[in-house]
Amino acid sequence: MALLELRNVSKIYHLGGEEIRALDDVTLDIEAGEFCSIIGPSGSGKSTLMHILGCLDSPSLGTIKLDGVEIQKASTSQLAHIRNRKIGFVFQFFNLLPKLNVVQNVELPMIYSGIGGKERRERALKALEMVELGNRLKNRPSQLSGGQQQRVAIARALVNDPKIIFADEPTGNLDTHTGEVILELFRNLSRQGRTVMLVTHNPEIAAVTPRRIEIRNGKIADKVDTRLAGLDRLAAAAAKSAAAGAH
Amino acid sequence: MGLWNAIAVGFKEIWAHKFRSLLTMLGIILGVSSLIAMSALVEGMEKGSREALVAVGGLQKFRIESQPVPVEQRHLRDFATGVTLGDVYAIQNNAPEVLKISPEMRMEPSPTLSANGKNFRTWSTAGVWPVQLEMMEHNIEHGRCFNEVDDEQARSVCVIGTGIRDELWGNPEETGKEIIPLGQTLTINGSPFTVIGMFEHYESDQDRKTRLLRKAEEAERLASGLTNAPTGPKRMRGWGGNRRGGFAFWIKNNTVYVPLNTMWIKLLSGQTNTPSDKRLSEMEIKVRDVDKLELALSEIRNVMMVRHRGIEDFNVRTQEDWAEQINVFIKNARLSGGLIAGISLLVGGIGIMNIMLASISERIREIGIRKAVGAGALDIFVQIVVESTVIALIGGIAGVGTSYGLIQLIIAFTTTDNAPIVTVSSMAIAFGASAVIGVLAGLFPALKAARMNVIQSLRYD
Ligand SMILES: Nc1ncnc2c1ncn2[C@@H]1O[C@H](COP(=O)(O)OP(=O)(O)O)[C@@H](O)[C@H]1O
Ligand SMILES: [Mg+2]
Repeated sequence: MALLELRNVSKIYHLGGEEIRALDDVTLDIEAGEFCSIIGPSGSGKSTLMHILGCLDSPSLGTIKLDGVEIQKASTSQLAHIRNRKIGFVFQFFNLLPKLNVVQNVELPMIYSGIGGKERRERALKALEMVELGNRLKNRPSQLSGGQQQRVAIARALVNDPKIIFADEPTGNLDTHTGEVILELFRNLSRQGRTVMLVTHNPEIAAVTPRRIEIRNGKIADKVDTRLAGLDRLAAAAAKSAAAGAH
Repeated sequence: MGLWNAIAVGFKEIWAHKFRSLLTMLGIILGVSSLIAMSALVEGMEKGSREALVAVGGLQKFRIESQPVPVEQRHLRDFATGVTLGDVYAIQNNAPEVLKISPEMRMEPSPTLSANGKNFRTWSTAGVWPVQLEMMEHNIEHGRCFNEVDDEQARSVCVIGTGIRDELWGNPEETGKEIIPLGQTLTINGSPFTVIGMFEHYESDQDRKTRLLRKAEEAERLASGLTNAPTGPKRMRGWGGNRRGGFAFWIKNNTVYVPLNTMWIKLLSGQTNTPSDKRLSEMEIKVRDVDKLELALSEIRNVMMVRHRGIEDFNVRTQEDWAEQINVFIKNARLSGGLIAGISLLVGGIGIMNIMLASISERIREIGIRKAVGAGALDIFVQIVVESTVIALIGGIAGVGTSYGLIQLIIAFTTTDNAPIVTVSSMAIAFGASAVIGVLAGLFPALKAARMNVIQSLRYD
């Protein structure tokens, strides 16, 4: 049984009498431990897919099972509970709370899972050590660089030990070098056995992941066109560098 | 999210917008303090009025007095006797609900009293039975009251109130010592009477307090050796003097009583020619049980109607009207005070709701983020309600504090005989009201925040 099972999922928006199918009959399985990218041009429906996979949104049609639980019919509070326990998000614009400092931001998910103050603090510190931000605990997000903010966001996504981590264009707002550092973090997470889904429009980033799902006009493209954008070459290079890194 | 976390977040949010929160609280502060101040004022007035009512004997007591024959009975005018001593005996024997009855024979117009080289026309000089003292809640502080023997033998003795003493022999505040004129001679319209008793001084609690305070200040001043006493004409400042609220006490202090028989024989003889039945000004009656006032009244009415052969040359005057008036007045004062305070509280509540609405639209993204990491609709709802309640409660506490100042201000700007009484219950009610308003004001904004769509809130900027 796959960790995530999507069956004929559609998301339909109605705009002034016009019907927009942001997702159109998507069927998809994600196995536990997979490192997978969702790629496609802007407006193709990547974020919509991620929101539905991540229980931030529910589908208009179709069914979705997460960890064996049907969630297309779940209430908003049940969805909140699933998001809290099983899912971690990383967004393009970091989405940290500006009034809270770094530790408090990382503690936030645990506040809603009712974890006591002491344990909360310990786990937040551990997660921050992992993203190498153990020395910036009392800083406000505005006092950090973009890359540091994104690392705080990753620590926040990890802190409740979720089944799956979603990242929507996590490097979209960062310079190339910083983006690579963040990407490396996700690769490490994947190596540790976590399920990671990476949403991107950038083939170079998608090249990092073993599996790629291509979305066009709300549909999954039958076959990823590797020649387009030189994906094959990039993938080979990535595999080579990974092999080199392993040595 | 636990309640403590919600409260902590609420305080942080308020602290982050100190000035805005303070302005918002102002409505609640005013509402709570005016509620407490109003209730304190009304409470004070009520106590004053009740004291006055008790001072004249309470509801149990009423009076029967002579009145002119009504128009439709004009032809029977010659048979009209008015209220007489015979009526008193008849009621005593035939109206079982009557506990005490006390005839009163007043001199009309009120006579001139002279003593110590001074003259004074008092409020009332009356011939009574000793029972009148119980009836009017009089207490003799010095000397004694006249008794049945004094009455029977029509002795020229009298009992006076402190007001009479003040006028004829001097006020203790002015003379510096208390004069007790027992054994002195007082002439009533020229007839000499011996003062055998003097009542205690009657005053309201409030007057007593001010007088004692003034006395203490005086003593302190003397003790500290300051002899330059204020010069210039002395002001008349009290002794429960003729101020509005102290009127009932003033009347009691300005009373002269002589035995009924003495009044009849020595002071009124020659003024009336119906010696067979002594005419009274009125009689005071006290019933056994206030709840059976109606029954007692009908008993008395029956006796009187028989004796007066149906001529209505008397009327019955109860204190019900007065008590009723007090009640109506207090009710109105409560209502209007409550209304004012209620409106301020309402306005305060609307202010809080307004600021909470502004606050959540500033924090749409925050709410989206909180929801994305797992906050449920209930968590968000509770957080917003807690925030608005915290604002209201801080306002409530500040309002309780401010009410003290407000009351002092009211006291300084108005002359009231009745000191405001702050009750714990009024404070509790006002504080409770602020809590309720905080919760209510938060409900709608909280619902709005809880219902926000996660994706839309996250995308909002
Ligand atoms: N709330 C919405 N109402 C209407 N249309 C929407 C809404 N959200 C997304 N869409 C449409 O759905 C399509 C997919 O959007 P999105 O998933 O954000 O694309 P991507 O993330 O791939 O750039 C777009 O055409 C977008 O305009
Ligand atoms: Mg997108």
